Amino acid sequence: MSVDLTQFIPSFLEESFEGLELMESSLLNLEQGDDETINSIFRAAHSIKGGAGTFGFNHVTEFTHLVETLLDEMRDGRRNIEQDDVELLLESVDCMRLLIEAIRDEQECDSEKIAENSTRLEETLASSGNVNTEALLINVDDTTDNNNDITRWQIKFIPEHHLVQTGNDPLLLFNALADLGEISLEADAKDLPALNDIDAEELYLSWQLTLCSNASEAEIKEVFEWVEDECELIITKEEHLLAVEVEVKEGIEVNTIDQSSQDEATNITTPIESSFPEPTPKNIPDKPAGKSKNDLGSIRVGVDKVDSLINLVGELVITQSMLSELGNDFDLSKVERLNAGLEQLLQNTKELQESVMRIRMLPISFVFNRFPRLVHDLSKKTGKEIELILKGEQTELDKTVMEQIGDPLVHLVRNAVDHGIESAHVRLANGKPEKGSIVLDAYHQGGSICIEISDDGGGIDRQAVFNKALEKGLVDEKTTLSDSQVFDLLFEPGFSTAKEVSDISGRGVGMDVVKKNIQSLGGRIQVESEQGKGSTFRINLPLTLAILDGQLVRVGKEVYIIPLITIVESLQPQKELINRVSGDMLLYRLREDNVPVIPIYQLFNIPCEFEHIESCLLVVVEADGQKIGLMVDDLLAQQQVVIKSLNDNYQQVQGVSGATILGDGSVAMILDVPGIIEMALTKAQINQQHQSSVQSQITQSISTGVNT
Amino acid sequence: MDIQMLAAEVPVEGEHSLEGIDFITSGDQYLTFLLADEQYAVDILCVEEIRSWENPTRIPNSPCYIKGVINMRGIIVPIVDLRMKFNISSAIYCETTVVIVLTVETEDKTRTIGFVVDAVSDVLNVEASDIKPAPAFGGCVPQNYLQGLVNVGENVVTLLNVNVLQEIEKHQLI
Repeated sequence: MSVDLTQFIPSFLEESFEGLELMESSLLNLEQGDDETINSIFRAAHSIKGGAGTFGFNHVTEFTHLVETLLDEMRDGRRNIEQDDVELLLESVDCMRLLIEAIRDEQECDSEKIAENSTRLEETLASSGNVNTEALLINVDDTTDNNNDITRWQIKFIPEHHLVQTGNDPLLLFNALADLGEISLEADAKDLPALNDIDAEELYLSWQLTLCSNASEAEIKEVFEWVEDECELIITKEEHLLAVEVEVKEGIEVNTIDQSSQDEATNITTPIESSFPEPTPKNIPDKPAGKSKNDLGSIRVGVDKVDSLINLVGELVITQSMLSELGNDFDLSKVERLNAGLEQLLQNTKELQESVMRIRMLPISFVFNRFPRLVHDLSKKTGKEIELILKGEQTELDKTVMEQIGDPLVHLVRNAVDHGIESAHVRLANGKPEKGSIVLDAYHQGGSICIEISDDGGGIDRQAVFNKALEKGLVDEKTTLSDSQVFDLLFEPGFSTAKEVSDISGRGVGMDVVKKNIQSLGGRIQVESEQGKGSTFRINLPLTLAILDGQLVRVGKEVYIIPLITIVESLQPQKELINRVSGDMLLYRLREDNVPVIPIYQLFNIPCEFEHIESCLLVVVEADGQKIGLMVDDLLAQQQVVIKSLNDNYQQVQGVSGATILGDGSVAMILDVPGIIEMALTKAQINQQHQSSVQSQITQSISTGVNT
Repeated sequence: MDIQMLAAEVPVEGEHSLEGIDFITSGDQYLTFLLADEQYAVDILCVEEIRSWENPTRIPNSPCYIKGVINMRGIIVPIVDLRMKFNISSAIYCETTVVIVLTVETEDKTRTIGFVVDAVSDVLNVEASDIKPAPAFGGCVPQNYLQGLVNVGENVVTLLNVNVLQEIEKHQLI
């Protein structure tokens, strides 16, 4: 029986990435004499190396081996944990990630960087005099002194019975030994129990091997490295031979025969005899099609979530059978039971929907985890001491949202380090602790999630922002703006208050992109800042992109959905609160605010029964800190809707973010509030351009509407 | 123009044209349909389904020939009125009005669009050699939509290029 190893590669990749993350975060927390941490780093590296070895990814194995050797020295206390070494290890983790990503993408990776890094690792390993770089030194010896010396090694290999259950195969070990030199071996079957007592998953044999090779003891030991805890291994040097004197019995085959006879005895195929494919590094096995870099593949889901799903499906099946039984010979006396059944079905469906949604929810720590490293690197680069505090890491967020929020967050954290936190002497002068702190916090707020990035730095210079906006012609000298309006200017394209473009920020990805990304997720971002005390960027995001709570409204004969999250309030307009300004602009006085009124029927060219604002209802929505009133004919139900893309078969439509299917099977459009604001602004601009010419039909109809 | 009368007539023509033709071996199959009193055809392999006319949901600010979108088993499918698209005649919706839903797989995606036509009439077997180039003498249908002409009995059927049909918004909307 042969096992197709390639099917395990995705799990290897996934585990490796997890291991790398663990290594990274542990390295950041690594302190002198912390055995447990360094052990866990070592273990992670060790399993990556092992996995890579199994699949024949030799370049990963080789590189990781160097990392592991360095870690081993630290673990054994032979080397002090120096900051430089930790930095080197962090960079090595990056290299390992590159290597493994290259495997995933089936591409060549940046070998120059890897080579440079492994040279540095080797140098570090060789540098310390008191360091026992056994393996490496002997390697060197082998190639120089013992080049032609053939040693005859006697190896006694007595594996524990459960060895094969851990996935180790003696045959592989022997094959590896055979690579080192001529090998002969004898199997000892004295422990073999009676036929009936044989457990096919146990290994009862032990071996006496003779290896004629110029390999060192360390190299031989390395072959058995994976099983060293699970076997008794005695290696003795027999004699020095100058000439090759070989006595090869068909050792390996003997061994195979032994094992297969053992299998025949039990007539059960076991992993023991699996003939592993020859590890060929070039021949990276075929992966499932469509596994590209963008394909983030699988989700690891807690068993509890799956359990609850299975339970619910069970319930659903019971309900279904109950209903179909009812339907068999239905008469009116059963109506009550039918209603009960339908009620149950409703409940089941709802719970099932929630459970399925929950499967896509992952704790936000998946995103947050990258920040300790980022802040570590940045603080080194800027020479600022910064502490990063993560809060609410267990807050769950939809996977799709999570994938897309990563980059904006990175940008904001970079900004906080670069612009937010002042340098140490400024902080001390201002009576602040020398060490700045950045807090990343996530929490649920109603149907949305809130992510906050706050720093205790210098805050945003309101005047500088305002001046910059003046300079760019975005505002007028006389304009008075609230703080939040000023800070919103930061999100204008090409707006940077940084005096010079540094290595960290100002690489072209501006705050406008951050805002755009967040908006494309249906979220919004707000800034709060107090000069000298720090600033907070608060991002509000919908929990999921697939479903939203919507308010159904009727405009003319058509039904539209307004996302509930954008709605501030809905009201019946009062005539005396309607104002007309600058000739064609409708404003509604909502307490202290003047809210521009946008007639959707005009924007969308819908024939409509009520064209006068007095007879309409006004839905006040807010986006980008801008409130607008949407004129609708009627408010209908509120319901959760599943968002369907219009792009798939059609194209993006301005003012519409997608479509959904209502209960009756018809399609309704979901309004895109920021898009509508933009549309209205564009329209207003066009109107202004044509100010001198005849006023458009639309404006006239509004004015007549108001006057009557 | 009495479309219903024409629609009733045409299948008879189609039957004539199909007489004696081996369905399996001879050429590609095309679905023919009526627009006003003209016959058109599309590659039958692209036809996803034929639906009766139902009022779609309007898409705001779309061109007049985009009638809106419908829900086809959970997929949002835009509906294009071919007569309005080609300026053939004004749209009348009657009993025989149907929507031919065409699916075309391009390199990066599959696109499904429904086309409103007056009636479907027949399945036509056409050998590649029977397809004549369409003359460039104008007419309402833009040249790039035409795959060619086929003579069927005394009638001429216009073969439409489905791939170009599917790109309808690329040419017209942006």
